[in-house]
Amino acid sequence: MNGEIAAILAMDGIASGAIYVLIGLGLVLIFAVTRVIFVPFGDIAAFTALSLASLETGGRPGTVGLVAVLAVLATAVEAVALVRNRAFHRLPRALLFYLVLPLIPVAAVWFAAGTTFSMPVRIVLSLALVLPIAPLLDRIVFRPIADASVLLLLTVAVALHFALSGLGLMFFGPEGVRTKPLTDAVFDIAGLIVNGQMLLILAASIVFCGLLFLYFEFTIQGKALRATAVNRVGARLVGIRPTSTGTIAYLLASLLAGISGVLIAPVTTIFYDSGFLLGLKAFVGAIIGAMVSYPVTALGAVMVGLLESFTSFWLSAYKEVLVFSLLIPVLLWRSLSFAGTEEEEAEE
Amino acid sequence: MKNSIAAAVVAASLGFATAAQAEITVGFITSQSGPGSSIGVLYDRGMKAAVEYASSVGAEKVKLIQLDDGSDPSSATRNARKLVEENKVDLLIGTSTAASTSAMVPIANELKVPMIAISPISVAANDAGDRWAIVMPQPPTLMVKVVVDRMKRDGVKQFAYIGFSDAWGDLVYNGAQKPAEADGLKILTNERYARTDTSVTGQVLKMMAAKPDAVLLGGAATQGALPPLALAERGYKGPLYGTPALLNTDFIRVGSKAVEGVQVSAGPVVVAEQLPDTHFSKKISMDFRAAYQKANRSPTSDAFSAYSFDAWLVFLDAAKRAMATGAKPGTPEFRVALKNAIFNTKDLVGTHAIYNYKPSDSYGVDERALVMVRLVNGQWKYEP
Repeated sequence: MNGEIAAILAMDGIASGAIYVLIGLGLVLIFAVTRVIFVPFGDIAAFTALSLASLETGGRPGTVGLVAVLAVLATAVEAVALVRNRAFHRLPRALLFYLVLPLIPVAAVWFAAGTTFSMPVRIVLSLALVLPIAPLLDRIVFRPIADASVLLLLTVAVALHFALSGLGLMFFGPEGVRTKPLTDAVFDIAGLIVNGQMLLILAASIVFCGLLFLYFEFTIQGKALRATAVNRVGARLVGIRPTSTGTIAYLLASLLAGISGVLIAPVTTIFYDSGFLLGLKAFVGAIIGAMVSYPVTALGAVMVGLLESFTSFWLSAYKEVLVFSLLIPVLLWRSLSFAGTEEEEAEE
Repeated sequence: MKNSIAAAVVAASLGFATAAQAEITVGFITSQSGPGSSIGVLYDRGMKAAVEYASSVGAEKVKLIQLDDGSDPSSATRNARKLVEENKVDLLIGTSTAASTSAMVPIANELKVPMIAISPISVAANDAGDRWAIVMPQPPTLMVKVVVDRMKRDGVKQFAYIGFSDAWGDLVYNGAQKPAEADGLKILTNERYARTDTSVTGQVLKMMAAKPDAVLLGGAATQGALPPLALAERGYKGPLYGTPALLNTDFIRVGSKAVEGVQVSAGPVVVAEQLPDTHFSKKISMDFRAAYQKANRSPTSDAFSAYSFDAWLVFLDAAKRAMATGAKPGTPEFRVALKNAIFNTKDLVGTHAIYNYKPSDSYGVDERALVMVRLVNGQWKYEP
């Protein structure tokens, strides 16, 4: 291996790491606020890529049907809950949030099927399509068991992943897709050829990390999210509603998943079941961050990307094995330095 | 659906009790739903073409009973048992995934019914040392050997290998080792990637650093295009070789310019129109295409539907000889006679191959069953 190869591998590793960063941050965000390890997170990224691809060919993405079904289900669940509590005055609001809002992008795509949009419109449309999936799933599946143990929530999340990937096969079919590149630009940096797509992934990842930081530090909503993460009961006592912070966390995380889906779609072929492995690798990053620390998660995710890239050069057949074996020393170190974790939690 | 077929069968056997007694019955299982259906539907269409082409042995009509296994091995097993025990079929043909096909073989062995496998599986003899199943498709080792021999002819001295990190990747790599040694070629790398991988940059850099004359691709279908795309991005200009697993429209769609010029081995039926008139497969393949067009009202150039067509040809040929023994269809004697006839098939010309089966081996094709084709402007061109 010479310097040039090492540089290319490092670039490649950081680019795939940047994707894992986005997904990893979303995982930590959802876990911190709702205590759910949202396993189907990678599936949402894959669904975004698949929707984008089918919009590109002028088709009608399978997400349309998925979101419509979920919206109707969530509305029904919410309506039943409200009627039971005799909170009739809140029905119109529930209808607006659970039925009308998710169905707006669905209707837009449904009626515009066959027309080809420009690239930015396609990206916005597929993001808008995918955005409601996680909050709707939250309403249907997780909110009724919000106070259950972490283990039960995890089990349900795993089951949900299998359900979603089955639905993905039904709505998108078994064939993989690859979208047109977002940019064809190629840069020559000190003799190293770097394509624009890679830089775009990096830039997007950095920008969204920055935005998240600003959101958590300087907005009331962001602070409410952090408060819920630190102590649900305490947050409730000071007037923060855990259900609404949960919805916001799911929305934000969906956005992160959607963006990583858009970024990764032109780089590789995405299948209906590709999301799981993306999510799993991001999860390794999140574990390195002990599921609480955003900066350490980001570092961990980049590390996973780099490890993956270099092992694919040295020992390609064992790449996955090595990446996931990384969990063992990390978990050992984490459990041995348990006191350190406590401190970090206090910092958060 | 299944019930209505069964009801029809019962009604038919009641109505024509005398005719049905001597009728040869064939049970055909394929996946018309589930993940294996993309190939299973092609097998189904190929069988329709086969029945269109010929549906009797001498004066005897052949009855075909078809069931869907939903791409599920346990359902394939159940259907096979049902076909033999309830419908008394004389022969089993199936199915579209290797797992389901392998699951049918023990049933054929247990109930002593000959079986024709239309997916590439390896069949072992049963405990008593005899075989009841033959395999139609070319064995993977042969698919790779033909490619390696072609590399040698093209002047390749050393090549790099990249394939899936699964059983298929192993089959291709192991299949390449022996012929490469025999031909004096050097395999420089054994790189692997998973179907869900997002990048093969590391593997490709290692291959490029080894300076290969050519690259052998051990991937399949859509994700088979990932290494050629990465190779093109890194400026690789040398030739690419692959196996029939790349004969796939999604491979061409995703790979576009990067896979142009790739050479793969393929059953001759894939390029039937381009074969010289002297080629064994030309006439029968054109007949198959015509029958397919008539039965399904659409043209074809896929390899899979031709396997069920060839299975039917082998069956018809063997059934003729089995009938000559005097055994009555529907009886255990006839099944044994049919099995013996199938395992003594000699020089039977099919669309994919000239089939020769011996009692000691479930594979019955040789190198004539594969030709080399090259991708030119998105179309496979015959390369003699």
